[in-house]
Amino acid sequence: MARELWEGNQAIAEAAVRIGLEAYFGYPITPQNEILEWLSRRMPELGRAFVQAEAELGAINMVYGAACTGARVMTSSSSPGISLMQEGLSYIAGTEIPMVLVNVMRGGPGLGNIAPSQGDYNQICKGGGHGDYHPIVLAPASVQEAVDLLPLAFDLAEKYRTIACLLLDGSIGQMMEPVELPATREVKRREYPWATTGAAGRQRHVLTSIYLEPTDEEQTNIRLLKRWQAVQENEIRFKEYYLEDAEVIVVGFGTAGRVALSAVRAARELGIKVGLFRPVTVAPYPYARVAELASQAKTLLVVEMNAGQMLEDVRLAVNGRTPIEFYGRLGGVVPFPDEILAEIQRVARDTPAMVDDPAKVWLQRMEDVVKK
Amino acid sequence: MATMTPENLVYKRPLAFTETPTHYCPGCTHGTAHRLIAEVLDEMNLVGRTIGVAPVGCAVFAYNYFETDFVEAPHGRAPAMATGIKRCLPDRIVFTYQGDGDLASIGTGEIIHAAARGENITVIFINNANFGMTGGQMAPTTLPGQKTTSSPNGRDVELQGYPIRVAEMLATLDGAGYIVRRSLHDPTNIRRAKKAIRTAFETQVRGLGFSLVELLSTCPSNWNLTPVESLTWLEEHMIPYYPLGDFKVAPSITAAKL
Amino acid sequence: MPAKGWIEVNDLYCKGCESCIAACPPQVMSLNKDRLTSKGYHPAQVFKDGCTGCAICAIVCPDAAITVYREVTKSAAQLVSAGG
Repeated sequence: MARELWEGNQAIAEAAVRIGLEAYFGYPITPQNEILEWLSRRMPELGRAFVQAEAELGAINMVYGAACTGARVMTSSSSPGISLMQEGLSYIAGTEIPMVLVNVMRGGPGLGNIAPSQGDYNQICKGGGHGDYHPIVLAPASVQEAVDLLPLAFDLAEKYRTIACLLLDGSIGQMMEPVELPATREVKRREYPWATTGAAGRQRHVLTSIYLEPTDEEQTNIRLLKRWQAVQENEIRFKEYYLEDAEVIVVGFGTAGRVALSAVRAARELGIKVGLFRPVTVAPYPYARVAELASQAKTLLVVEMNAGQMLEDVRLAVNGRTPIEFYGRLGGVVPFPDEILAEIQRVARDTPAMVDDPAKVWLQRMEDVVKK
Repeated sequence: MATMTPENLVYKRPLAFTETPTHYCPGCTHGTAHRLIAEVLDEMNLVGRTIGVAPVGCAVFAYNYFETDFVEAPHGRAPAMATGIKRCLPDRIVFTYQGDGDLASIGTGEIIHAAARGENITVIFINNANFGMTGGQMAPTTLPGQKTTSSPNGRDVELQGYPIRVAEMLATLDGAGYIVRRSLHDPTNIRRAKKAIRTAFETQVRGLGFSLVELLSTCPSNWNLTPVESLTWLEEHMIPYYPLGDFKVAPSITAAKL
Repeated sequence: MPAKGWIEVNDLYCKGCESCIAACPPQVMSLNKDRLTSKGYHPAQVFKDGCTGCAICAIVCPDAAITVYREVTKSAAQLVSAGG
């Protein structure tokens, strides 16, 4: 199939349509409005369900209802809207039904701005709502990768009866890149043994997340945990670049990983033995692979567009074996390759000491970086 | 005792009601409302294609009492869940069952917009002037001067505002189809309430728009009255503030002579 | 001569709320103070002659605990069934 130039948000929306999205409920919030707008035209034209809800609260609950019927359903939002959806996400997780969430992060906290950020990593990777549960979180670094991961998100959500989140930021959402979209598939309404579709001819189904008896709730939580363990065992994905002889290993996801790749390539030209490890699933996190890489490297350099959220997962995996340095930009600022190259050069030249808190050391250096 | 034959039977428990005894307090008209819905579902033969949406409130376990599929919504969100279900399964019958804390407090956004969009769902709205399940706190439907656990000196309109008349408010929306208020305090009104519930479900079956039946109901436990006293309190205090009547009946519904 | 009716009150559901007693037009109902249901309520009962099978008790019962019978023709019975 030919490649065409597509904007990230629109490509994600169209990909969803082509792989059989049956229902979409959303609300405008920058920088993902194009998803809502694209689907507001495409879904009705195909006779599929579309509602622009009164707010993200309404949208996530419409998704909840639709998911109860077994329909392939999606919503999208950005930072403050995701906060509003957290209640619904928790209910959906507790009811053990599938859905896909597209999360296009922006600067925060609070109203923040509409610029790209990775500041909501913890919010979604550690649950996305109250209670003990984990959504599956996939982090593309390009429009093509987003389009490729979206069908996987639906398949994983349905396989594990869970929430799968496509996690990106405003730059991937809004940039235009050449993309090959998936072929159009027929919509196939699945028959799930639990779906509430009208009880004619069978026992009635009740879908709820309330378990008043604590021992029942504990059983539910154990069920969720066992499924999560299966996800951890089977669904971890990552990409590796130039790692064979790397002494410095840069770790970054999404846009930060993409920018870091440019810096890694530039550093290689300068003869520095550096590589990039880019998690594709940030939940489940590839702890085992990072632990292996920590034994090989002299330094790990974590690059993120936040104050050090994935950094903590790296520290957990490394477990004090290897020095870790951190470089982050905040509030919607996107790092340039030359900044990361400078960091790579610095840590390659002087292997850093082991520190308790890499983010603290980084913050001291930031004073110079952010001087206006 | 004379022999009982089918010809002698005047009334029995509706089939759409499960055999589970309800957890509602003695005399609570939630039970009456449930019974009327079950009777209508039986009479209209809808049990097999109905999906109910339970609220958070005393009726959080409503799904234990109906022989239909059911889902449980977060507090106030039932109209949004119902929208999601109905948009995916337009030929099924979807109803929400919500209390006044659920619908008129946290759920105001969802109910207004479901009505404004003219979603073809049915909402049964139980108004008993307090948050029952959580212990009788003041609700948006609590009457001026009414004592509750969070308005211990009686609702002071200067500080706590005035109650919301949901039926009148929703009736102003062009998207609303059938918006009525009835009461459950005596046999005549219970009969009228049943007719309204029937009309609401007929509205949905015929695709004639959004229907809501507000049912004035008792809460003996939190009103600190006996069940029979609370029926009188409803008649004397709630009906003057919440008049019974039809606030919006779309022309197509009138024409259908339901 | 008014019709003769009779009712059955199901112990499983009756909570002794007395709504039926208050609503009964010939006032032939009371709580049975001699016994308790398994939940600890005094169930409702017809305690004297005069039940006409009007079914108003069943109409007000929040628990659908009452089954109503009447010694009349089938068509009249259908007229009363749950006020439809």
